[in-house]
Amino acid sequence: MLSRTAENLFWMGRYMERADATARLIEMGYRMAMLPGSNEQEEWRSVAAASGSAPELADPEAKTLSASAVVQRLLLDPENASSIRSCLTSARANGRAIRTALTQDMWEALNDGWRSLGQMDADTALKNLPSLLEWTKHRTAAFRGASEISLLRNDGYYFLRMGGLVERADMTLRLLDVKYYVLLPETDVVGGGRDYHQWTSVLRATSALRAYHHVYKGDYTPWGIADFLILNTAFPRSVAYCYRSISRFLDDLAELYGEQGSPQAVAREMVEQLERTGIEELFQHGLHEFVSGAITTTRRLSFEISKAYHF
Amino acid sequence: MYNEMFADDHAVRGPYEKVAEWINATGVDLLNLRQSEAEAIFRKIGITFAVYGEGADPERLIPFDLIPRVFGAAEWRKLSRGIKQRSRALNAFLYDVYHRGEIMRAGVVPEELVYQNEAFLPEMVGVDPPGKVYSHIVGVDIVRTDGDRFQVLEDNCRTPSGVSYMLENREIMMRMFPQLFKAGIVEAVDSYPGLLKKTLQEVAPIKCDDDPTVVLLTPGSLNSAYYEHSFLADLMGIELVEPQDLFVEKGLCWMRTTLGPQRVDVIYRRIDDTYIDPLAFKTDSLLGVPGIFDVYRSGGVTLCSAPGAGVADDKAIYVFVPDMIKFYLGEKPILENVQTWRCAEPDHCKYVIDNLKDLVVKRVHGSGGYGMLIGPHAARKEIEAFRAKIKANPSEFIAQPTLDLSTAPILGSEGVEERHVDFRPYCLVGKDIRLTPGGLTRVALKKGSLVVNSSQGGGVKDTWILAE
Repeated sequence: MLSRTAENLFWMGRYMERADATARLIEMGYRMAMLPGSNEQEEWRSVAAASGSAPELADPEAKTLSASAVVQRLLLDPENASSIRSCLTSARANGRAIRTALTQDMWEALNDGWRSLGQMDADTALKNLPSLLEWTKHRTAAFRGASEISLLRNDGYYFLRMGGLVERADMTLRLLDVKYYVLLPETDVVGGGRDYHQWTSVLRATSALRAYHHVYKGDYTPWGIADFLILNTAFPRSVAYCYRSISRFLDDLAELYGEQGSPQAVAREMVEQLERTGIEELFQHGLHEFVSGAITTTRRLSFEISKAYHF
Repeated sequence: MYNEMFADDHAVRGPYEKVAEWINATGVDLLNLRQSEAEAIFRKIGITFAVYGEGADPERLIPFDLIPRVFGAAEWRKLSRGIKQRSRALNAFLYDVYHRGEIMRAGVVPEELVYQNEAFLPEMVGVDPPGKVYSHIVGVDIVRTDGDRFQVLEDNCRTPSGVSYMLENREIMMRMFPQLFKAGIVEAVDSYPGLLKKTLQEVAPIKCDDDPTVVLLTPGSLNSAYYEHSFLADLMGIELVEPQDLFVEKGLCWMRTTLGPQRVDVIYRRIDDTYIDPLAFKTDSLLGVPGIFDVYRSGGVTLCSAPGAGVADDKAIYVFVPDMIKFYLGEKPILENVQTWRCAEPDHCKYVIDNLKDLVVKRVHGSGGYGMLIGPHAARKEIEAFRAKIKANPSEFIAQPTLDLSTAPILGSEGVEERHVDFRPYCLVGKDIRLTPGGLTRVALKKGSLVVNSSQGGGVKDTWILAE
């Protein structure tokens, strides 16, 4: 496979995942900001921070922050490479540049309605926010579905999926990075309904609310939530799940190519670390330190993949 | 004017019987509905065409007209023989041009037309392309001016585009009206990609000692014909590469892959001569694959079409194609040329200057219907402007009579209407000469217009060759 094709697939996977995750993030902010007694400013600020693409909005020193500014920046802004609009446009441009590596179904899913966000302004977007976010999730789901049912299971598929998984691990980690203080045990004493909402918001942003119930049965606890998002290998947005899957795809790739690449060392080390570490230990060593370290590792993994496969 | 569907007494002509029956049975309303559905499908699939310099929409659709254009089996037999004959002669001419130049020595084609032609590449002199083939895909633009009269408007020896429309137009017709094709009265066109791949494999370079690896080289996704490039690569199951994916090392050509360098043997390039190799041709260009021309010359890779093939499809050379057929093949040309005045000749030029209002004037190197004058439709001012241009630079222009192009039925705003059409088949030249029964019919959608170019308001149709 051409290196350029692999690169395009990998990034297409990342863009589509980022569009999807950003939609979920905005959804969480929208919901939190509407809660009685919430600090609307703070909520939108943490959304901006978790997105990682709007530092000027995330700055706590900065002056008032409106929902419309966040929506403009994260949903519509063509200048922001991580806005939903930019992600969908870039994914389509990537797809178009490697049309032969996509199936017809995948292309149609990418191509269908890509102009929809074209000239929309922030006010219109804000008015229709829930349906726009739904729409975004549908677009990405349609694309994912098309890939699942039509793409050959070979290197192209592996690169596409690994791009999505790297991005997903990164998004979960960044959300934790912004919200980690909510999960620190001491917030227990601050107590009250507020924290309950904060905890559930973290689960909501990762679409994990119901699933969490199924796994942990009872209450929301900070370590339960952290355990779920970091260590639970059954939850598809957890760091452990993402890394295990990436590691498996790297094995598949190695089998196909007849040689093991250097990224596998990075992936496997993380998988093993997560396997032998319990959540108590993680908290003991510092949740924040772990999260920062994992963000760096994920960046390195992405770099190692591109280096090993010549893109 | 020859109406392809109706004879003068309004009777439906033989080849169109099935189409007429279908139009009547379906009704104009339903046809209109299907037509807009077809457009939606084209948009969704992404079959688009960019028009340079228009800015607005970089991915525009070429209008598709639902009513097929039909050739009877006997008509096709003649056309097919004529097209193959022409393709053979054009390739023989190219070999001659870059070798002994017999046809110039014999005084049949004027030397300066060839050697001073912009498309003539001195670097190609003495190079032997595999199978002596220069133009592997010859697109011949043909118009019909009477019942049994077909004339060639021009030849395209470099990288004729549009074949994806031949395939997609058929695909969409079969999707919407499968019953039309059930009886097998229409020859299939889907053999084209397979034949193209076979043709390309047949011209593997001498240094290739294994199954040749064929790739399609595109300038990239911003190119107007990008859809076609990806479509063909896909149907042939070959890599679609951009110049930056290729490089030259150890006298061979390689592509960058996830497994490291992989050797490339045959390149179907959809990129102009001057952009192939910045070292050999356009030194100020950043595009292309540095050093690839040397690899080509030494038999390490085959470029299709060969660099310099454009010298055969120049409008000034066109005039001599019937002579080439006689000279190289000893045959009588099956397809006629259109009468052409070359303004480089003083007496031709005088005639042209004096009769501009009746003539079509074209630039020798132009394409796409840009910068041409259609005398009978032009304003006086425009004619005067052309007169001045021709006088200033006569050898830049040729002129032809305004042709009475045949018309085919289209689905217009007032039901079935007639519009002028032309036809471009795609002839493949490898070890064998192959021709898929079909081609691209372009139609001037504007009433009375003779310009079929998609950049100037032309549309496309499915083209049926009826089975014997």
